[in-house]
Amino acid sequence: MLDLLSDNRASIAALIVLILVVMFVASIYLGFKQSDLHSKDTVFGDVERTKGGGYWAVCGISTLMLLWFYFSWGLGRAYFPETGNEMCQVAKLEKAISPIKATLPIGSRYFRSTTLVARNGDQLTALEAQLPSAAFSSDEVVGLNSTTGKIRQLMANASDPNMLGQDLRDQLTAVVMDLNALSEKLLAGPEDMSPTQEALAQPKWGLTFTEIPMLPRTGRGVLFDETAIMAKDITGMFSSIRNHPPANAVLINEITAEIDTFLKTTDSGGYDEQTASLRYDYLKSVKRIFKRLDDGTIFPAASLGGVNAAIANLDAAKNSARGSLSYIEPLFFPSGHILKSRTQCSEQGSARWLPKPTDVVASFGRLANPDLENGGGFKGQKLFWWRWMPIADVVAFVMPDWIADIVPGDYARHANNGTITPKFKDKLLAFAQGNVNLGVVPMFDGHLWDSMRRVLIALGLGIALGVPLGLYMGVSNFFRSFFDPLIELYRPVPPLAWAPLILTIFGINDDGKVFLLFMVAFAIMVISAKTGAAGTQLSKTRAAHSLGSSDRQILMHVILPNALPEILTGIRISIGVCWGTLVAAEMLAGTTGIGFIENVARTVSDYELIWVTILIMGLLGLGFDLIMRWVIAKTIPWRGKS
Amino acid sequence: MNDLKCKNLSMTFTNPQTGAAVEALKDINFTLKKGELLSVLGPSGCGKTTLLNMIAGFINPTAGEIFLGGKNIDGPGVERGMVFQQGALFEWLTVSENVSYGLRMKKTEKKESQRLVEKWLDIVGLNGFDNTPIYQLSGGMQQRVALARCLVNDPDVILMDEPLGALDALTREKMQSLILELWKETGKTIMIITHSVEEAILLGERLFVMAPRPGRIQKEYNLPFSQRGLHESLRAIKQDSEFSKVREEVLTMIWDMEEEIMGRA
Repeated sequence: MLDLLSDNRASIAALIVLILVVMFVASIYLGFKQSDLHSKDTVFGDVERTKGGGYWAVCGISTLMLLWFYFSWGLGRAYFPETGNEMCQVAKLEKAISPIKATLPIGSRYFRSTTLVARNGDQLTALEAQLPSAAFSSDEVVGLNSTTGKIRQLMANASDPNMLGQDLRDQLTAVVMDLNALSEKLLAGPEDMSPTQEALAQPKWGLTFTEIPMLPRTGRGVLFDETAIMAKDITGMFSSIRNHPPANAVLINEITAEIDTFLKTTDSGGYDEQTASLRYDYLKSVKRIFKRLDDGTIFPAASLGGVNAAIANLDAAKNSARGSLSYIEPLFFPSGHILKSRTQCSEQGSARWLPKPTDVVASFGRLANPDLENGGGFKGQKLFWWRWMPIADVVAFVMPDWIADIVPGDYARHANNGTITPKFKDKLLAFAQGNVNLGVVPMFDGHLWDSMRRVLIALGLGIALGVPLGLYMGVSNFFRSFFDPLIELYRPVPPLAWAPLILTIFGINDDGKVFLLFMVAFAIMVISAKTGAAGTQLSKTRAAHSLGSSDRQILMHVILPNALPEILTGIRISIGVCWGTLVAAEMLAGTTGIGFIENVARTVSDYELIWVTILIMGLLGLGFDLIMRWVIAKTIPWRGKS
Repeated sequence: MNDLKCKNLSMTFTNPQTGAAVEALKDINFTLKKGELLSVLGPSGCGKTTLLNMIAGFINPTAGEIFLGGKNIDGPGVERGMVFQQGALFEWLTVSENVSYGLRMKKTEKKESQRLVEKWLDIVGLNGFDNTPIYQLSGGMQQRVALARCLVNDPDVILMDEPLGALDALTREKMQSLILELWKETGKTIMIITHSVEEAILLGERLFVMAPRPGRIQKEYNLPFSQRGLHESLRAIKQDSEFSKVREEVLTMIWDMEEEIMGRA
């Protein structure tokens, strides 16, 4: 059932999008109608105006969802499920001809030859200007300048169309003809082309990690795929063409000989160290430029005009062959493109970091599946499930081992015959260490529960210790003055700044995180309880005194309930801050928890999983807050009414 | 025996910044016999609330002593019940929980406590409001709860700090009747601080008019109106020429005091 849903996620998305569009339109219609109806009920600025308006919530949510569907390409994939595959084939062709394009004005403004001539010419000029005349004799200077002049001549010869050999002309013409043939093939269209069985059997778009199936699944796709293969050959052919005018062969020999002579002179000339090094350096620079120019990659501009035109032709043909793709792509696949790399076609832009809603749900389904053997859960742990927990483990957690140590008596020793009879102390120790069978209880289990448990334990401790201290600080100058500096000094430090230290001291497992969160919750609880207690009306405590309360009774029956609104607000804030701190702490260190999942997802760029964790955290935070709001409404109904 | 006695009572407040001392009360001497109803009147700053707070035991006098039934007062106690201007009720409790608060503090048996609460709620006219939350009550009803909460503890003296100050005229008159009724029925000693001249004359069997700087008792009256109020309509008494005479006299006295304060300032 789940697999079926997962396989048909594109169709499901199509249905959802339709529903969203209907919701969007209907809510706007209803919204405007209602606004017209009630426009006379209240004046601007009246708080009553903010009430009601559920249809605008529907409108907002559907707008958000539609934007999500749109920019994640979820909408495009739903209604044009084959477009991704076709775009992949087009990308293949683009990738195949990109090496040719890169050498031509159509792809990079200048011919590569132009760039080479400009750069090497500039470097030669600079080199001539830097000639260290002290290190060379005047004859040698003349000779060196003649050598650089010859190197310059190499570029001049290569750029001269008249020196172009016939074989080279033929090769370039062949490239142009092949490219034109390719354009014609594209223009002829996919006519009778059809995808192979293998291509049709590929998993659909989005179902695998590689996302987009590589083999062409449509006629048009096959056309582009075939063209891409042919284009690859043409590219290979073009890249292997070299321009070596006969005149240059002579020049190259001369230059090589001249540089060698200079080097030999330097080797045997008995120059001092500094001069020798100047000479070597200069000759090395000359040689470097020369080596760059003897490989025949400079062509006359006129000779490449044909190729440039053929590529322009091919681009036009490609755009024409894309047919409907040319408007589907910009309309339904916004702010990104499909990139063909060596092994896969991948979505780029917003579609990459904003996964499609249906994919996120599928990813959540995989994560929430408690069946670990079949790919459920995350890193060998369930997301949120339950398990049987031995009661002994709880006892061991609560009861420290030293309780057994302080009981009078000795631990058992092995007897002379090599047997051991456990004594009372041994049994107590086994109890404290959890080595007894006390039965099992059902217990929550999983990453989410681990995170929640940490927050809840820390929050519980923070409330249990922070509220009494805060109340006393609200009524006693000793408690207030003694503890205020301590708390006010550690509280302003961002919890995460404590994290490295706390995690080192208490360990990266639950202890460290719980302590870190406890610090956060404790400070908030102390301050809110203190504020609440200090805000008790004098007349109330006086009335309580006159009614015969003891100090303790006043604290319990007057100051505590009076501080309750502040305390509950403190709990509400604590939950939020603890949750945020926890996720960050789990990202820093640890092997379980929702923050851990996100951190791993981040390292492998699994954007779907990242979004799943973000959504889980958002929904959980919302849930906690709703619960607290309900608790506040139930426990302090008098708030704001007296 | 259970007389309230103030002997040479003085209170001096010192401003912690300037060190200037203000004599809030100086040499107050009076004895309030059991069952007497005293109202205290005076311009603002004459120390009437300070006097009440000292009798309640919330603050200690700088000099002098207060006795209740021969016992020196050195702190708040159940035998001196308080009723505050705004009720000072516990809004997290219901009406009956507020009333039974004092009983719970001394761990009275539940049945007995319930009986007493029922009885006093009935007397102050809040029958059937047992489980109503405080914040749903009107101001007058809240003051009735405050009265019941105080009376359920069976105090010797009831101290009222402008108990009707925040009520509208109509409710105020009803509450004045209620206070007189309670006074008659319980025979408690009552001390009422008020801003309203009419109320002070109407309710006070004895009336102290206090003067400021230093706070002192300027004049004492013994008035018949509270006794009459037990039988006659309060509104009729207020029309009385004798009532008007006393009212004018007291008003003039307070008016002069206020003038003096303004002139000095």
